[in-house]
Amino acid sequence: MQTASMLDFLSTAVGADWRLATPLIFAATGEAICERAGVLNIGVEGIMLIGAFSGFATSHATGDLALGFGAGMASGFLTALVFAVFAVTIKANQIVAGVAINLLGLGLTSFLFRTYFISTGRGVDIARPLNIPFLSDIPYLGPALFQQNLLVYATIPVVIAAWGVLFRTSYGLTIRAVGEHPKAVDVTGKSVALYRYSAVLIGGALGGLGGAFLTLAHANQFVENITSGRGFIALSIVVFARWSPIGVFFVSLLFGLFYALQLQLQADPNVRVPYQALQALPYLTTIVALMLVRNRWDAPSMLGIPYWKA
Amino acid sequence: MSDIPIRSSLDPAVRLLSRAGLAALAPIAAVLFALGVSALLLQLNGFHAADVVNVMVLGAVSDKRSIAEVLLKATPLILIGVGLCVAFRCSIWNIGAEGQLYAGASAATACGVNFGALPAWLHIVLILVAGSVAGAAWGALAGLLRVYFRASEVVTTIMLNYIAIILTSYLVTGPLKDPAASYPQSAKLARDLWLPRFLPPTRLHVGILIALAAAVAAYVFLFRSSAGYAVRVVGLNPSAAAYAGISVARNVLLAIAISGGLAGLAGAIEIAGVNYRLYQDISPGYGFEGIAVALLANNNPLAAVASGVLFAVLRSGSELMQISAQVPQVLVFVIQGLCILSVAAFSAFRRRGPRPAG
Repeated sequence: MQTASMLDFLSTAVGADWRLATPLIFAATGEAICERAGVLNIGVEGIMLIGAFSGFATSHATGDLALGFGAGMASGFLTALVFAVFAVTIKANQIVAGVAINLLGLGLTSFLFRTYFISTGRGVDIARPLNIPFLSDIPYLGPALFQQNLLVYATIPVVIAAWGVLFRTSYGLTIRAVGEHPKAVDVTGKSVALYRYSAVLIGGALGGLGGAFLTLAHANQFVENITSGRGFIALSIVVFARWSPIGVFFVSLLFGLFYALQLQLQADPNVRVPYQALQALPYLTTIVALMLVRNRWDAPSMLGIPYWKA
Repeated sequence: MSDIPIRSSLDPAVRLLSRAGLAALAPIAAVLFALGVSALLLQLNGFHAADVVNVMVLGAVSDKRSIAEVLLKATPLILIGVGLCVAFRCSIWNIGAEGQLYAGASAATACGVNFGALPAWLHIVLILVAGSVAGAAWGALAGLLRVYFRASEVVTTIMLNYIAIILTSYLVTGPLKDPAASYPQSAKLARDLWLPRFLPPTRLHVGILIALAAAVAAYVFLFRSSAGYAVRVVGLNPSAAAYAGISVARNVLLAIAISGGLAGLAGAIEIAGVNYRLYQDISPGYGFEGIAVALLANNNPLAAVASGVLFAVLRSGSELMQISAQVPQVLVFVIQGLCILSVAAFSAFRRRGPRPAG
């Protein structure tokens, strides 16, 4: 009896973990690609918010979930384009531009939400779990791993694709070269700026998708500042995962676990820890994680530094 | 002939003024650009942009009371912005002023509701010092993480923001909670601990004078002292600084502690001058707005006074705008974001050759 309820708890926790890690996986994978190209985009938080809002608004208006996710990605892409113009073309300080994108994301989405949606209160139908035949019937394991929605499953191909592109294609090699030694790319006649743009834009689309997941597959509503720091946590996931998409997947699961535990323990009346301690857990872990990877030799050496053509 | 001494005494003044005028051009253009785009955004969403901007900018400075309210809001913005000037000059990207403000406000409240035996003036000083020390310590934490663990202060200061805000929430629901109140908040500070007001009947208190003094002190420190010079050299080129025998670690810690200390002081002043008690959302985002204040001022503490007042006008205006035209107040974040973007673009254009940033 005791074991059964323990297994139940674990099964729910693991299932919730993967689901809650999903927006982090998308956003951090995108950021990893972006940073591999030498561009530090701390505007992910703002991009995720814009993706969350656009996804919600589109799905709310059309009733179409797929369109919502598409809008989330497209808006992330466009926001990243604004960032890239400043970071790559104008060569503005990337941290400053990222701070601005975050403020714009928070301001724009809250402004539009309060103008158009605050009084409606109507949510959207969120993505339904997709039970995988037979596998989903396995006790404990089935509900945890094989009764998720499509986007949660999608994290695996996305991460593998990102890894494949970065480390097994010539495009990926060039992206990494642009982050390590842009001059070498420049002298071969390839455009550093173009590669950096592509990486920033891919990162933006994935960040927007991660944001849209929050409103279309997690909550069924947009709430102001719904990301509550997930974009920033994605930034530190990238460092902890040492700029590898596969690493991002597992580190995100670790952070997802904190969100999952927080939800479960908050619901449990027997737990007598102040709820703030649980709230602070992901942020504290981030700091501890950064202390653990103190040796940052594998950061792209041109991270955050604009490239001037000679 | 007699006009020669007059001219020679006038010339530097004129030159200084015209230089200041030129330096102010970019920020002014940035603000106009931000207001223009925001007006467009309003128009596109069915508001009357011209009326709104009118209410926003003019309404905020229409009478003595509203000017006092602007200066009240400018106080924390100037303090935080001035501190961030020091950090940014050292190339420390302290995004954590919000958390440092919360740390300062919490420590100030803890001192304010205890130590009742102290004479009032000493108690007030203790409150302000406690706030500054707590803010400085909260900032230095990120500095230590950067120096000893090479953890990017951009990420750690943001994480410390969340932790400080959560900690404050814990304090006002737990150890510091006013048992008489149903709402999570601390007890109220005794009346003789309130910062003196000097422009009755308005709420304006001596905090604004402290902020002005801090701006002058930070300017002298940065541009007229060798310690400040070391901070700036580290910011411009850490390797050159190291070769010249300037300790990068010590200056990084100093710069972030100064900026954290001023943010903490801002928090203490909010407690002792405006709110008189601690609650969960004590700051409407002053810490993030301070970033815009410093950047618009080109990281010059004296110019940060002007940009702090400007952002306070925008913030006051956005409150009026919400009341009179039902425009969501959050629009102010959009204006801030646009200001930062355009200032960043201007300063990038001004830079001629390649120079690594950050």
